[in-house]
Amino acid sequence: MSVLSDAALQAPPTAKARGYWATVGRRIARDKVSMACAFILALIFAAALLAPWLHLADPYQGSMIRRLRHIGTPNYPLGTDELGRDMLARLIYGGRLSLIVGILPVILAFVIGTSLGLVAGYVGGKLNTAIMRTVDVFYAFPSVLLAIAISGALGAGIVNSIVSLTIVFVPQITRVAESVTTGVRNMDFVEAARASGAGPFTIMRVHMLGNVLGPIFVYATGLISVSMILAAGLSFLGLGTKPPEPEWGLMLNTLRTAIYVNPWVAALPGAMIFAVSICFNLLSDGMRSAMDIRN
Amino acid sequence: MTDVAISTDMLEPIADVGGEAQPLLQVKGLTKHFPVRGELFSARKTVRAVDNVSFSVMKGETVGIVGESGCGKSTTARLLMHLMARDAGEIVYDGMQVGRSLSLRELRRGMQMVFQDSYASLNPRLTVEESIAFGPKVHGMADRAARALARELLGKVGLRPETFANRYPHEISGGQRQRVNIARALALSPRLVILDEAVSALDKSVEAQVLNLLADLKREFGLTYLFISHDLNVVRYISDRVLVMYLGEVVELGPVEQVWESPAHPYTRALLAAMPSSDPDNRTEVPSISGDPPNPIDPPPGCRFHTRCPFAEPLCAKDTPSLSDLDTMGHQAACYMAIPGSGHSRAPARARGENAA
Amino acid sequence: MFAYIARRIVYVIPIVISVALVCFLLVHITPGDPLVAVLPADASQELAAQLRSAYGFDRPLPVQFGLWLWRAVHGDLGNSIATGRPVLSEVMRAVGNTVMLAIAAAMIGFTLGLLFGLIAGYFRDTWIDKVSTSFAIAGVSLPHYWLGMVMVIIFSVQLNWLPAVGAGPGGSGAWAWDWEHLRYLILPAITTSVIPMGIVTRTVRALTGDILSQDFVEALRAKGLRETEVFRHVVKNAAPTALAVMGLQLGYMLGGSILIETVFSWPGSGLLLNSAIFQRDLPLLQGTILVLALFFVLLNLLVDIAQAAIDPRIKRS
Repeated sequence: MSVLSDAALQAPPTAKARGYWATVGRRIARDKVSMACAFILALIFAAALLAPWLHLADPYQGSMIRRLRHIGTPNYPLGTDELGRDMLARLIYGGRLSLIVGILPVILAFVIGTSLGLVAGYVGGKLNTAIMRTVDVFYAFPSVLLAIAISGALGAGIVNSIVSLTIVFVPQITRVAESVTTGVRNMDFVEAARASGAGPFTIMRVHMLGNVLGPIFVYATGLISVSMILAAGLSFLGLGTKPPEPEWGLMLNTLRTAIYVNPWVAALPGAMIFAVSICFNLLSDGMRSAMDIRN
Repeated sequence: MTDVAISTDMLEPIADVGGEAQPLLQVKGLTKHFPVRGELFSARKTVRAVDNVSFSVMKGETVGIVGESGCGKSTTARLLMHLMARDAGEIVYDGMQVGRSLSLRELRRGMQMVFQDSYASLNPRLTVEESIAFGPKVHGMADRAARALARELLGKVGLRPETFANRYPHEISGGQRQRVNIARALALSPRLVILDEAVSALDKSVEAQVLNLLADLKREFGLTYLFISHDLNVVRYISDRVLVMYLGEVVELGPVEQVWESPAHPYTRALLAAMPSSDPDNRTEVPSISGDPPNPIDPPPGCRFHTRCPFAEPLCAKDTPSLSDLDTMGHQAACYMAIPGSGHSRAPARARGENAA
Repeated sequence: MFAYIARRIVYVIPIVISVALVCFLLVHITPGDPLVAVLPADASQELAAQLRSAYGFDRPLPVQFGLWLWRAVHGDLGNSIATGRPVLSEVMRAVGNTVMLAIAAAMIGFTLGLLFGLIAGYFRDTWIDKVSTSFAIAGVSLPHYWLGMVMVIIFSVQLNWLPAVGAGPGGSGAWAWDWEHLRYLILPAITTSVIPMGIVTRTVRALTGDILSQDFVEALRAKGLRETEVFRHVVKNAAPTALAVMGLQLGYMLGGSILIETVFSWPGSGLLLNSAIFQRDLPLLQGTILVLALFFVLLNLLVDIAQAAIDPRIKRS
């Protein structure tokens, strides 16, 4: 048994090179568009989370005498809705349900789809065929149609919306996860890790996850954009939240009758959906180019 | 191995069981066929990637494997590493059969591999040091010790640990990456290292440096190499013995000098003739091979080379010649022209070994 | 080529059967007894049992599926509970309007998308690229039903140029190719075109950029080809992928029209689906989804074959 050599012990501790994720983070931080989007999203999230402490009007309390006030009315900076409820309060409170119903399905689908895709891609063979052929079936439906079909069959409700959107997104994330996993799995460094005697779980943890999760995460972030639109769309059709809960899609629906009276107030909830959707889209693009570190 | 090549704690190498005379690696009848999807409604076909390959590697020697791309060289390497299940055949490491007297895990320590693509064979998310330390940690070495070993090995492959240990693969050059891959292979104290086109992707000048490094490491660590390459010059430079493969089969095998000076198989002759030679007196008159290698899916019956062989006779299309001794030095070839009394018009009357003597 | 087409068609059969299975199961995941929808509220026990066996609900699920599939293959998707008419004829009538809307939207969206995409890809990182890219990203991030509302607000309510809802005088059955009717198509078509416009722009931009960075373009220029000729090569190379994306988008427009048709009361398959959901007209719901999904599968098949026909690389793989 030999002792650690002097050279190995006395080598000056090199400055720890910046890790991959730190580099990616720095690159995103330098991207103005991504940072603007992150800021807007943080603002919307914080407002929704802290709504009860913001001294807003009661989002449920309406009044027949002050219906459909215009934007800029004193005490009602964003006007009132068709039942005389304060729009600002309803938009901020509306963020709570809208964001949950928009984002939760993607998170659930990320967990389920990534697991399925990792297993299919890593194990391969018959299991891969079984999983991917099932996924193909769901790809035979346009996603809007599938979401509405499942929601329509299950009936209206928040939970049913979340379930149906999750079912719509799982195949999409599974497909991305499987293709990324298969790609990484066939890389020589995974072969080399197997050749050094590592078991499948060690290889998965050390060599696969770090290379696979990034691209799937970016894809899922972009998917939130679609999910926000679809989730609000389900409510817009009456398949999601039920009145009087404030939720952007439902608000858009109930305000449809008001477009002849006070059109711009009626359009406000849609602007919120658009803002969140485009921010997630741009953020996803920003992350994708930040993670492409080779150039 | 009495001299301590490295001062840091290394993993204990797999003990030498059989002694000098016991080959480090014996391969018998190694076979791998891949099924290929045929056209709709047609029968499944198979690619005979590796077909009944047998050879052995003695302790301390370097055996080269040459052949055109697609001849089964890399599949052989992956089969030997047990990265791929074989359809038939035996792989014996130092007299021990994997799965019986030697566990797969132990084999992995005794036999390591360096891949062609230096970038793809390093995890882009790990530093150089982490990549090298991964193997020893899998085999139970503590993180601190494994990292110290990694740094020491970096020094051994000619990379200053202070500069390189914390670099990521994309931050270093191709030659440096291949040195890291060599260090990663050595980290498990293997006795056999398979080098699969390990220098093929490098610039010529860098290639020479890495070849010299390999020669130095071989001496220092008492290694045995299986060197796979399509580059005949490199194989000749580094190998003691050479094995020529064609469409998944071994067509010629022997000491490098013997094979180079008197190639017995027309395929070997054609390969050597196609090689740009610096010696004008050493030119062979054999015409270079015409045409592409036949599709490895359903190779031709008989000798697989007969479709491209200028000396092919009806016999060659009918039966498959087996690898036969040409002399007492271990030179073997699978060609009817080299087998006495085979019925080929060019076959020698007696064995060539006796002829030469 | 023939073998490729044959293989693709064979591959589609299990997909079609699985799609039918999903549609069939949709009715069975609905909470409650599927019979409730067809049963009068004051029905007796005997009548319930009679109807149950008449509809085959008392048989095991696989048998029910087999029977349902057998009838579906013969064009019998049952009768609508709300109207009593055959589901298939209801759906096919509505689908015609959706196809019209989708094709009009495709003409707008694909033209703009190709234009923006080619320009953006060709003049990468210039202001014109940035403008096109912004349009594209806005297009894919817009809640299109909201855009429909905004269009109505601007062009119907404020400017009073175009009608807000419906398919013109005489209702859904009386379509004619005159301005009186066509003006009803404009707003829904523009609204529907926004998402495909965005997606086609992004795809074509990426494709053009990739192709321009390849070595063969360099070689073409080195050969002394004029830039218009180089451009022709770029278009030729981008065509197969662009075509595939556009085919898929056309399918999404056909199948995902429910939101826009609801906003504009456009009498297509989406509006039909909407009413089926809210009247809990399960046979109609099932039938509409099946027909739309089959359209989508068929369109995908056609796109694959068309792509193989113009892309020499695909045929043999």
